[in-house]
Amino acid sequence: MAITSTKNLKEFSTANDRFEGAHLLCPGCAHSMIVRELMNCTDDNLVIATNTGCLEVSTAVYPYTSWDTSWIHIGFENAATAAAGAEAMYKARKRKGTLKNPDAPVKFVAFGGDGSTYDIGFQWLSGAVERGHDFTYICLDNENYANTGGQRSSSTPIGANTTTAPAGRVSYGKKENKKDMMAIMAANGASYVAQVAPNKWKNMAQAFQKALATEGPCYINAISACTTEWKFDSKDTIHVSDLATDSLVFPLYEIIDGHELNITYRPKNVIPVRDYLAAQGRFRHLFKPENEHVLIEWQKRVDANWERLQRREEARV
Amino acid sequence: MSIGNMLSNDKRGMIEIGAEKKVGWDEVTHGVVLHSFEDDATNVSSRKAEDRNYAKFSSYVATVASWRVVKPVYNRDICIDCQNCWVYCPDTSIISRDKQMLGIDYDHCKGCGVCVEVCPTNPKSLLMFAELHNLEDAIASWPEKKKKEEN
Ligand SMILES: Cc1ncc(C[n+]2csc(CCOP(=O)(O)OP(=O)(O)O)c2C)c(N)n1
Ligand code: SF4
Ligand code: SF4
Ligand code: SF4
Ligand SMILES: [Mg+2]
Repeated sequence: MAITSTKNLKEFSTANDRFEGAHLLCPGCAHSMIVRELMNCTDDNLVIATNTGCLEVSTAVYPYTSWDTSWIHIGFENAATAAAGAEAMYKARKRKGTLKNPDAPVKFVAFGGDGSTYDIGFQWLSGAVERGHDFTYICLDNENYANTGGQRSSSTPIGANTTTAPAGRVSYGKKENKKDMMAIMAANGASYVAQVAPNKWKNMAQAFQKALATEGPCYINAISACTTEWKFDSKDTIHVSDLATDSLVFPLYEIIDGHELNITYRPKNVIPVRDYLAAQGRFRHLFKPENEHVLIEWQKRVDANWERLQRREEARV
Repeated sequence: MSIGNMLSNDKRGMIEIGAEKKVGWDEVTHGVVLHSFEDDATNVSSRKAEDRNYAKFSSYVATVASWRVVKPVYNRDICIDCQNCWVYCPDTSIISRDKQMLGIDYDHCKGCGVCVEVCPTNPKSLLMFAELHNLEDAIASWPEKKKKEEN
C-alpha cells in the first residue's frame, strides 16, 4: 500500500482521517494535531498504545473511542511496555505462522505525555529501547502533568509557574532546567530520534514517516502547546508553536543511530526568547523587574544550545 | 477465598467475550474491545468517512457541538483550497475532499478558532461568529479586502 503523499499540503489533505472528532481534548489542544498527523501520514495498519494522560482519558470515554486503529490503553508508566509487548507477540506469531493476515503492513506506536515519558515511565521506555523493539515512541511534550491540573515535570522549563513549583513572592517558579530527552534517547540506543512541532507540519510528517520506516526503536519529542496550562487563547496554538520553533526554544533536529545530528529547520528570522515567553501566562511573572535575570538566563541557555547543536551537526560524531 | 481460587476466577485478558473456555495468550482474539466499525476494519485508511460503517462506539457518531459559544463560518468565494485549516484542525472538523475544502463539520467542531488564525487569504475565508449567528447574515457581512498597511 502506498504511503500517503506529504509532498505538499493539497496532496496530504486527501488522507482519510483515522482519528475521529468528538474526543474530549480541550479546544485548540495540540495533542490531537500531532496524533491526527501521525495517523494521516501512513496507510499502514497501526497498533497504538497510549498511557494515562490527557490523550488517553479524552479519546476513550466509555462508550466511545476516537481511534480507528488497534488501540491499547495502559497504566501511566507503560506506553512503551505495551507497544513492545504487542510487537514481540506479533513477531512471535509471524514466526509461528499463526497470524490471520501475515502480509498486512503493521507499525507499532506508543504515545505518552511528558510526565509519563520524562518521569514516571522513564525506566520502562529506556528498557524497551534498549531491548531494541521495532516501535516508535512519541512523547506529547506539553511540559507539565496537564491531566491532573498542571504539576511540574522534569520537562517543565526554568521559570514556569506550575501548581507544584508556584511563582510568587519568594520564587520565580521552577528552578531546574528541562531534561534533555533527545540526548538521553540517542545515548540509550534509539535508531532514530527527532524533535518536531505541529506548526511545521511537513517537517513533522517527514520525521514520523522516517521513524515508522526505521527498523528498531525510535523516539520523537513532539512539542504540544497546551492552551489550558500554558495559558494562552485556544486560537493561538499554532502561533505559540511558531514562536517556540522560531525563537529556537524548540529547535527541530534529528539524531540518527546516536551520532548523526541534522538540524531539520532553520528559522529565517530568529526571534527573541522573550517573545515566546510573553505569549504565555505561565511565564507572566518573569516580566517583573526582579525576574529580569531569569529572562537573560533563558536567552543564554537557548543560544548555547543552538551553538552546541550546530557544532554537533558539523562534527558528525 | 484462597489465592488459587482468586487466580482461577481472575479472567482479565484471558477470556474472549462469549467464549466458554480459557484460552492462552497466543489464542486470545480480544479482551474487552470497543469496535469502531460494524464491519471489519481492513483498509480503513483507504476509505473516506462516508464510505465507512461506523459502530455506535465510535466518537464519530457523537457530537461536541454544545461546547461552542463561537463558531467558524466558511466563505467559499475567497478560499484558495490551501488546506491549512485542514491540517491544523485539532477536531477533524474541516471537511476536505479531492484537495478541496468543502466546509465545517459542526458536529465535531469545538470553536477553538485555530482554522481562522491559519487561513492566509485576505480577507480571511473563515471567520468566527457567535454560535447563534445566522450563516447567511454572516456571509453578507463579510469584510472587504484589507490594505497592506492595515494588516
Ligand atoms: C502511577 C500513576 N500515578 C499518577 C497517576 C495520575 N495521573 C493521571 S494522568 C496524570 C498526568 C499526566 O501527565 P503527562 O504524562 O504529562 O500527560 P498530559 O496529561 O500532560 O498530556 C497523572 C499524574 C496515574 N494515573 N498513575
Ligand atoms: S489540558 Fe492541555 S494537553 Fe490537556 S487536553 Fe487541555 S490543552 Fe490538551
Ligand atoms: S474552530 Fe477549531 S475545531 Fe472548529 S473547525 Fe476551526 S480549527 Fe477545527
Ligand atoms: S485555510 Fe482558508 S484558504 Fe486555506 S483551505 Fe482553509 S478556508 Fe480555504
Ligand atoms: Mg504533559
